[in-house]
Order: sequence, then structure tokens, then C-alpha cells
Amino acid sequence: MRTKILGERIKRKEDPRLIRGGAHYVDDLKLDGMLYMTFVRSVYAHAKIKSINDAAARSVHGVVDVLRGRDLEGKLGNVPCAAGLEGLKIPDHPCLAPDEVRYVGEPIVAIVARDRYIAEDAADKVEIEYGPLPVVVNPEKALEKDSPLVHSKFADNVAFVAKLEGGDWKLVENDKSLKLIKQRFINQRLAPASMETRGVIASYSSGEDALTVWSSTQIPHLLKTQLAVMTGVDEARCRVITPEVGGAFGSKLNVYAEEGVASFASKKLGKPVKWIEGRRENMQATIHGRDQINDLEVYVKSDGVVAGLRCRIIADLGAYHQLLTPAIPTLTALMILGCYNIPNVWVETIGVFTNKMATDAYRGAGRPEATYIIERAMDLVANELNLDPAEVRQRNFPSPKDFPLTLATGVDYDTANYQKTLKKVLKASGYSRLRKEQERLRKKGKYLGIGLSTYVEICAMGPSSRMPAGGWEFGMVRVEPTAKVTVYTGTSPHGQGEETSFAQIVAEELGIPFDNVTVYHGDTSVVQHGIGTFGSRTTAVGGAAIFGAVQKLKKKMARFAAFKLKVKPGELIFDGGKLQTADGSKSIPFGEVVEAAYYARQLPPGVEPGLTEQMVFEPPNYTFPFGAHVAVVEVDGETGEVQLRNYYCVDDCGRILNPLLVDGQVHGGLAQGIGQALWEDHVYDENGQLITGTLMDYTLPKAHHFPWFETSNTETRTPVNPLGVKGVGEAGTIGSTPAIVNAVVDALKPFGVRHLDMPLKPEKIWRAMKQAAAQA
Amino acid sequence: MKIRVKINGAWREDDVAPRLLLVHYLREVAGLTGTHIGCETSICGACTVLVGGQAVKSCTMFAVQADGAEITTIEGLAKDGQLHPLQQGFWEEHGLQCGFCTPGMILSAHQLLARNPHPTREEIRKGLEGNLCRCTGYQHIVKAVEYAAKASGK
Amino acid sequence: MIPESFEYHAPKNLAEATRLVGQFGADGKLLAGGHSLVPLMKLRLAAPKHLIDITGIGELNYIREEGDRFEIGALTTHFQLESSGLLKSRCPLLPETAREIGDVQVRNKGTLGGSLAHSDPAADWPAAVVALDAEMHAVSASGERRIPAKDFFVDLLATALQPEEILAAIRVPALPARGGDAYAKHCHPASGFAVVGVAARVVLDERGNLAEIGVGITGVGPKAYRPAALEEALRGKSPGRKRLEEACAHAADGVEVNSDLYASAEYRGHLAAVYARRAVEKALERASENSQIS
Repeated sequence: MRTKILGERIKRKEDPRLIRGGAHYVDDLKLDGMLYMTFVRSVYAHAKIKSINDAAARSVHGVVDVLRGRDLEGKLGNVPCAAGLEGLKIPDHPCLAPDEVRYVGEPIVAIVARDRYIAEDAADKVEIEYGPLPVVVNPEKALEKDSPLVHSKFADNVAFVAKLEGGDWKLVENDKSLKLIKQRFINQRLAPASMETRGVIASYSSGEDALTVWSSTQIPHLLKTQLAVMTGVDEARCRVITPEVGGAFGSKLNVYAEEGVASFASKKLGKPVKWIEGRRENMQATIHGRDQINDLEVYVKSDGVVAGLRCRIIADLGAYHQLLTPAIPTLTALMILGCYNIPNVWVETIGVFTNKMATDAYRGAGRPEATYIIERAMDLVANELNLDPAEVRQRNFPSPKDFPLTLATGVDYDTANYQKTLKKVLKASGYSRLRKEQERLRKKGKYLGIGLSTYVEICAMGPSSRMPAGGWEFGMVRVEPTAKVTVYTGTSPHGQGEETSFAQIVAEELGIPFDNVTVYHGDTSVVQHGIGTFGSRTTAVGGAAIFGAVQKLKKKMARFAAFKLKVKPGELIFDGGKLQTADGSKSIPFGEVVEAAYYARQLPPGVEPGLTEQMVFEPPNYTFPFGAHVAVVEVDGETGEVQLRNYYCVDDCGRILNPLLVDGQVHGGLAQGIGQALWEDHVYDENGQLITGTLMDYTLPKAHHFPWFETSNTETRTPVNPLGVKGVGEAGTIGSTPAIVNAVVDALKPFGVRHLDMPLKPEKIWRAMKQAAAQA
Repeated sequence: MKIRVKINGAWREDDVAPRLLLVHYLREVAGLTGTHIGCETSICGACTVLVGGQAVKSCTMFAVQADGAEITTIEGLAKDGQLHPLQQGFWEEHGLQCGFCTPGMILSAHQLLARNPHPTREEIRKGLEGNLCRCTGYQHIVKAVEYAAKASGK
Repeated sequence: MIPESFEYHAPKNLAEATRLVGQFGADGKLLAGGHSLVPLMKLRLAAPKHLIDITGIGELNYIREEGDRFEIGALTTHFQLESSGLLKSRCPLLPETAREIGDVQVRNKGTLGGSLAHSDPAADWPAAVVALDAEMHAVSASGERRIPAKDFFVDLLATALQPEEILAAIRVPALPARGGDAYAKHCHPASGFAVVGVAARVVLDERGNLAEIGVGITGVGPKAYRPAALEEALRGKSPGRKRLEEACAHAADGVEVNSDLYASAEYRGHLAAVYARRAVEKALERASENSQIS
């Protein structure tokens, strides 16, 4: 019997330091002589900077320097954008605005002082004279001919137009038997709002001309390269370290102005410089998520089978591009068909500049929008044809035998069994009983709503050919001379738990105790290469690299062992702390093989000493996790308040390495997806002022907002990587939002409500019910 | 101003500015960085510590106000290397992911169990309404508190 | 996140506190639980030159039964009110309201007096004290006076307290025989403040009609108020569902109703009517239970 580690509910290696308060996030680090930086940010959404008076700030005792945009010119590069789209307009994005600001919160002046109290005192004393310019906040208005321009150097506010076509659209339009269903969806702007805000310490040593940056980031290696380019420090002398990262959800998959300015300041002043983002800054100036308008048309046959889907996506990009800003909405187009084999598709995506903070990757990044569109569409079809929403979905699913499957969008889906997850969730939720209960309650004037969502997502980002900056991942495994094992990954987990799941992979493969394996990540001088943690890729791509490296290592160890045991290397099995032949007749302890490799007194022919192997895994395709969710809500007929009563989900993320971690990822994803459906809304007024700038105004859901989540899984392994894993980081977020909205709209069916935009705040629902009553 | 504070069982004296927030005092003067800062408006609860046995948000209190008080931070919960049942519960039940909210969450749960040793799930959720977590969806946190309630009851 | 500098004072008794308040006038600010003031200071929306921390004044922290009234010291915390067995049995509206305030940490530190003196239009306590016709006890170096709750809240963040006065205590009537009270709240999901909060106390006569009714509404207008038309429509009447609904439709009569991103004036007005009815219904239910017992 092999020791079973993979697939078990194993508690996390990360936790002991975190639950004791012994872990270190950026703000917990203190360097000798460290200075503190704070920013003065624009209070206007669009304005010329007429003058800056920093005399009073400079005179505050303890202030070391005051930096403006002009001080950086020619010395610090712009904030980079890695997204490459045809015809994309890329505006200059200096780290400090030199002469014009384009959103509220844009950094203008940086103060460096002895401590943060002094820095804030000085920031208050900077006087900036603005010359206000016309503001455009609404992306549709930004597309109008006479709209104010966000960037006067461009002729209009269109950053890009991308088209995606598949099948034969003419055929759809000419088929008069098809029913056309139209709907506009607004996918509102969100704040990622990780509990730890951003933070950075830059420490430049002039002697070595070396820059070390500690940053709360998801992409240490990409950041290192970009900081080298921005600051001009030789990349060989740049090092980025990610200490503990307190959540990110895509918002730290970026290179930010503040990271550049801190590096510049440290280089200029020769001292370490720390900047810790305040929550108001985080709400203003850390990337936002979503913000799309979707005009949808579906052409459907009388039996509910969808023949064609057309959508125009207006994506509000904000004022500048951050690292991946324009790429995000293109993922919406890519996944717009969801888990339905709709033969004809036409999508136009228009990226628009507005006087707001940039949007970029937020948990799901483009795919929640797609899932929302297609899953609401399925309910609209059901409603129109008076079919059960579960039935409509069934009729449009491809068969499990159809995979691998190329959709009209050109995307190649790996494997799936959508019928199975749907069936399982319908059973778990008691779907048919719920429908009967709904009937009964409606007669009593009570409004129960049942919402379905069957989703598929595109994960394990991704094949390098389709990624802006490489989609591979690096993994290295080293057996130390003491027979303990060190694992190095280029991914950068920040809560997902790969220190645990990667150790499970390695321990299982080598047949050694789980406790003997330690996983390192997030230091560019320790881990040679890396891309990072995002797009549900860490285990599916990074884990595959570790798996590959450990296979190489096993081969090498087997050669040492076989040499000693005088057997063929291929015959050896790693288990129970030893390497043995299949029949068990000969074996050698793991530790003795390690000694042989390091003492190297007798080397097998052609084998080098040492036990270190690495792999760069290049995924041949994305993976396509899927699932089915059911939400049950009660709507208060008097007030429009929504009570989320039950939540059931069945997710298929391929092979499960650790069910505890999968549950955790699903729960967290659900909370964020449900948050978008019911509460979260990042709102600018017409002057471009952010109204929801604190956690008093922007609702991050609390413990009592949720019912018990009833989660379960199916396991359909993917052939895309040797582990068979698909990724689960974003599943909950992607699946839950439409389930909730479908449930609320379903509850409001007696009122004739067809659609409501998110978030489903009580007032919106109350108005819809009131309007229905007035019409009746 | 001179203050004298007993932190995790040990008295210390410091000279602090009146405007120094308790959370900054704990983190930067006392060097106890387990207590975190997550918002500016007394909402998120990441900075929760026990002052005189009561859970408070240490960002909403000045260090001078703690003069003479006994304070417990996350660093003071484990005794003789033994994890507190709440710490054990958070570990066993995967009650944390990024870990940033965890110290505050554990101290709020500590307050909850001190007043109500056997809370229902609803009472646990209500008892944690002053603490935000963006990672876990709270369910495993509820289980962690249940674990601790059970373990403490033995 | 960082407040401006100030001088800190920690008076040990009321007399010393009133002296300091008189001395600093507009430059001084009283600090109690801190949950209104400290966030404002951190956002630099408030920057007092002198902070007078009265939390150490033990003589202002008490719950005392005085015949058919309770006197409660201004520095009594929300949690003390929430958990007081005496109040739970003799004046349950107060614990029920306390329980709805903010969160556990806020209730541990926040005080009754601090909340009332701040007069936030979305705070919970004003609804209860207005509904109960509480009497506010203000003390200054030159004397003291009692202010009826209805005159205490003047406007948005403004009370009848003079700059040199400290709110020392409030007095509220205990629940009379055949009485019942309740607090019903629609909570803002982010801030926990009341979008609408309605406190109600009713007393039934022997026939089950409404002998007395007091309703206090917070969150709806610039300050907490008593809905006169609502009370008038019910006083002395038998409280059927239809009459309640009609009466409660007047919950926001004559009030300039607040409007914000979360709830428009129209919706908030509607919520006021619904929550007023729910609060009164609950109070009636309890009053009738209490009538059966007695």
C-alpha cells in the first residue's frame, strides 16, 4: 500500500506562522534608516495641474524629500501595459502626473519623511492649483462624438475595437423561424479590496547598484523585469521579494506607479523607502474590476435550442491602462458561449477611456461577465418559452462524448460532463421540491426564487502563445543532503495554499513524509524564474512544473539506487521512505540514495552528483473547469429585501489534490460572486468623484450575510496537464453571480419582472414590484 | 507622554505622542506586528486586540488611553508553545487563507466564546460582524469557532 | 489614517472634566468610546487641539433603578446596556437597541452618551431615547440642567448641549404594566448604521386599546424624531392591522427625508412606514403578552 497524501484533507503548512501572528506582510518589515512615503493625489477627475506649492510641506520637520512628476522625467519609466491588441491605443502613464490628471486618486506628489505621521502632516500642506477640464464618466457618453476627451492626443475615447465571429451569422438572421430575445446587462464596477492593501519597500544600495523591492504582489518575477526597465537598474541586480501577501484577487497582478516611485526615491535618497496604501487610496487607486455594458441578442428555436448569439460589449477601461487592462474584456468575448454549443456567434468589444481608475483583473477577470451574460440569457430563453431553466440548459449542452470540443468562438474545450454536475446539484438542492414550495408560497403572497447557473471557465492561464508575457511556469525540486526536500515555484500563492498542495505532490511522488517537504516562492533571487499566481493557474501550471521536476528527480534517484542495488532503474518504486523493486525483494532507504548522490564516491556512469531538478512547464491549452449552482432566495414583498436562504454548488475542477483547499477556494469565490450580485457597487458620480471610497460605503460582505454553503464536486480530469487538475480559484465567483440574479428575478416572476441589473439592492427590487403593481 | 502597559503578560513603559494610535504603538513601538490594519474607518476589525479582556479595534483608540491596561494580542494567545483552541481550530478547519484578517478574527472569536461558550452558527456569525474576511466566505471560520468551543468545553 | 496632533487630557472626575471643557471651548473635544470621533480624526475631518478623554470618569458609568425610572450614566457602554439583566426585564427596548449597534468591538467601547452627543442621523440610540421621552442630564462648571429628548436633537450632528456642557446621564421610564417595546431596523450592509431605525413603546389599557404610544425614528431625517401624526392616529385606538398600516404611512410626515446612494428619499420614506409598523406590531405583541401575565 502506498502512503496516500494526494487527494487528502491535509491542513495547511502555511497556517502556524499566520495563526500565531508570526508571519510578515510588507508593513511588518523594518529596515535600518527606512523612510516613509505618502502620496498627494488628484481630487479632480480631469484637470490641468497649474501649479504645485510644496514649500510648507518641505518645511515640516522630518520631511526628507518631495517628488513631482517632473522630477521623474527621463529617470523613471512609465507604468507598463503588457496587453497586445491590434490597434490598441496606449496612453502615456507616468508614475506621477506631470501636468494633467485624469482620475480622482491619480498620484501627483510623493512625500518622503522620517515616519508616516510626519509624511501625512506634510501631505496635508501641499497646495495644488488645478484647472478643471471636462469630465466623462459614462462609457457610452465617452463614445459620443462631442464627448470630452480623456486623452487629447487621441481623436476619440476608443482604446480598441475587437471582433470575434464564428459560424455563419447570415444564416441566423435569415432564419425567420428563430425567436429573437434582446437584453442589455450592466456589469457594475467593483473594488477588489483585499484585506491587506498594497505596500512596498524599495531598498537601493549605491555601492552595488542593486535594488531590492519587497512588494505585496502576485507576480514577483514580472515585477522585477518591469522595475529594471523602469529604473534602469541592471536586471541582474534587481530583486523582488513578496513576503506574506494579504489577499489580492487579481488586484496585485500588476505593476503600479507607487512601486516605481518608491524605487526611484530609494535610489535618489540612498535609503530604504516604505509606502503602505491606505484603504481610501486602495478604493481609489488600486485597479477596479468588471464595468461592462453588454447588449445581447440571442436567436432561439422554439424548442429552446439557441442558434446564434450576438453581443456588443462596451468595456469601461478607465483613464489609463494598467498591466492587463485592455485584455480583460477580450476574455468575455472568448467565453461568451459558456457551456453551450451555440453554432453562430458575433461579438464586438469596444474598450473605452473614461475619467476613472483603470479596470483590470479582478477574480474571474472577464469570465464572470461572460458567464453572467450567457446564464442570464438561458433564463430569459426559459422565461420566453415557458420552459424550466434546467431543461433549457440541458437542451443546449454538448454531450460528454463531444470533447475535446472547438466552439464557434474558436476556443478548444478540454473535457466536461455538464449533465452530471447539473443533475447532482438539482438533486442536492431538492430542485423539484423547491419548485413546488415556490408554487405554494406564491399563493400566499411570498416570493421564493430559485436560481440556476451552469458555468464553464477558462483557466490555467495559459499557453504562452496566447498570453501577454508568457504562460509557462517554473518549478524546481531539490533533495537536500539531510534528505529533506525543498521545492521552488515561480508561482506566488497568497492564501491559496500551494505550500501545502505542492508539498503533497512531492511527498506522494517521492514516498516521503509530507512534513519533510518545504515549498518556497516569491523571491526572485531564490526562485530562478516565474510568472505568478492568477487565472486559476497555480496548481494546473505551476503544480505541473513541480510534478515534472519531481519525475526528473525520481529518474536520477532511481539511477543511484539501481546502481547500488544492481537492478534496472525503471523497476524501482518510491514509497515508505525507500526505493524498492516491484516485488519488494530489494530496497534501499531514501536517505541512503541521497547520501550516494551527495557524497558522490561512486557515481553511476554519466550521472552528475547532487539531487536538483527543474522544469518549465508549457501548457498545451487552457483548462475548462465547470459546475452547476443553485441559489434559493426569499424576497420581502414589502421592502424588496433579499434573504439568501440556501446555496448549493457542484464544482468540477478536475482532479482534487486537497478537498479542504478546494472547499476554501469555492467558499471565498461564492462570497465575492454573491457580493457582486447583491451588494457591491463601486460608484463614481457624474463629476468623477468616487462615492464609495471607504468600507463604510462599499459593502464587503460579512459573516451573517451568508447561509451555509452546500458544496460538492465531480472530478473530470483534464488531459492538458499530467496532474489532471483544472483550477478552482475563480469558480465560485464565476458560478454564483448569475445564480443569485436568476433566483431573484425568478422570485419576482409574479410581478412580470424579466431582468434587473446588479447589485440587487432592496430599493431596486421594491421599485420593480411597485411598477408591476401600478401596471396591474 | 509616559504610558505603562501590560502586553501579553509583560509590563512595559514607553513615551508616546498623544496621537499615536494603539495599533501603531503595538506594531511599531512594541514590535508586535501580528495585529494588522485593514481600513481607516473602524469597520474591518483586522486590528482587534483584547484590552482589559474586551475586544476592541486598536485603530480606534490612542495608545495613551491604554495606560495601565492589560492587552492581549495574537502573539500572546499560545501558552507554553501550545496553541490556543481557537488557533488550533482555525488551523484544523482551514479558517484562513491569506491570514491577514485572522489575528483580529481570532480575538473577536475569543470575546465571543468568553461570553457565550456554546454559540450557535448564527450567534458565531453575529459575533464576528465586526471582522471582515475577503478570502474564506466565513464558513470555515464558523467551523473553526465551533471546533474551539468544543475543544474548550472538554 | 493619521490624526493631527493634539494635547491629551484625562480628567478623573466630572468636575475636572467640566472645567476643561469650559476652558478649551471650541478647541476642545470630549472623547468617550471614540467610535464617532476617532475615525473622523483619522480622516482629518476633525482636528481638535485638545482632546478631553472622559473614559476614566467612573462616576459616569452606571445603570440605576429609581422607582419607575432608570438613570443611566453617559459613559455606560453599549455592551453594558445590551447585557444588563435589569434592563432586559424592566426596560427591554434599551438592550434590544444596543444589540443592533455597530458590532461587538464597537459595543464594547462605544457609550450611550457619546453616541447621543454626536447625534449622528443614522445612530440607533436617538430613536430609543426619543420614543421613551428620555430626559438628558447636562452638566457644566456653572450648573446643570435637564433637557427633554425631543429638544435635545437639534439638527444634523447638532444637539442642544452648549459647548461648555457635558452630557452626564439620561433618565428613561421603565416598562409599565401592560407595556411593550421594540426596535426594528433596516441596517446598512456596509456601515451597520440605521438606514431606518424605529423604536416603539406602547401601553395597552384594560380593553386592549392603545393607551400610550411613543415612537422614535432614526436614519430618516437629519435628526431622530417622533412621528406625531402616526402616534395621534393610534393613541386611544384599538390597534388592528389596517389601522396600523394607515397610521404608519405617516411615519415620515413633515420630515425632510434623507437620500443617499443606498436609499432614495422615496424608498427610505417607505421603509420608515414599514419598519414603524413592524416595531409597533412587535411592541403590541409584547404588551399583550405582558397584559396576560399581569
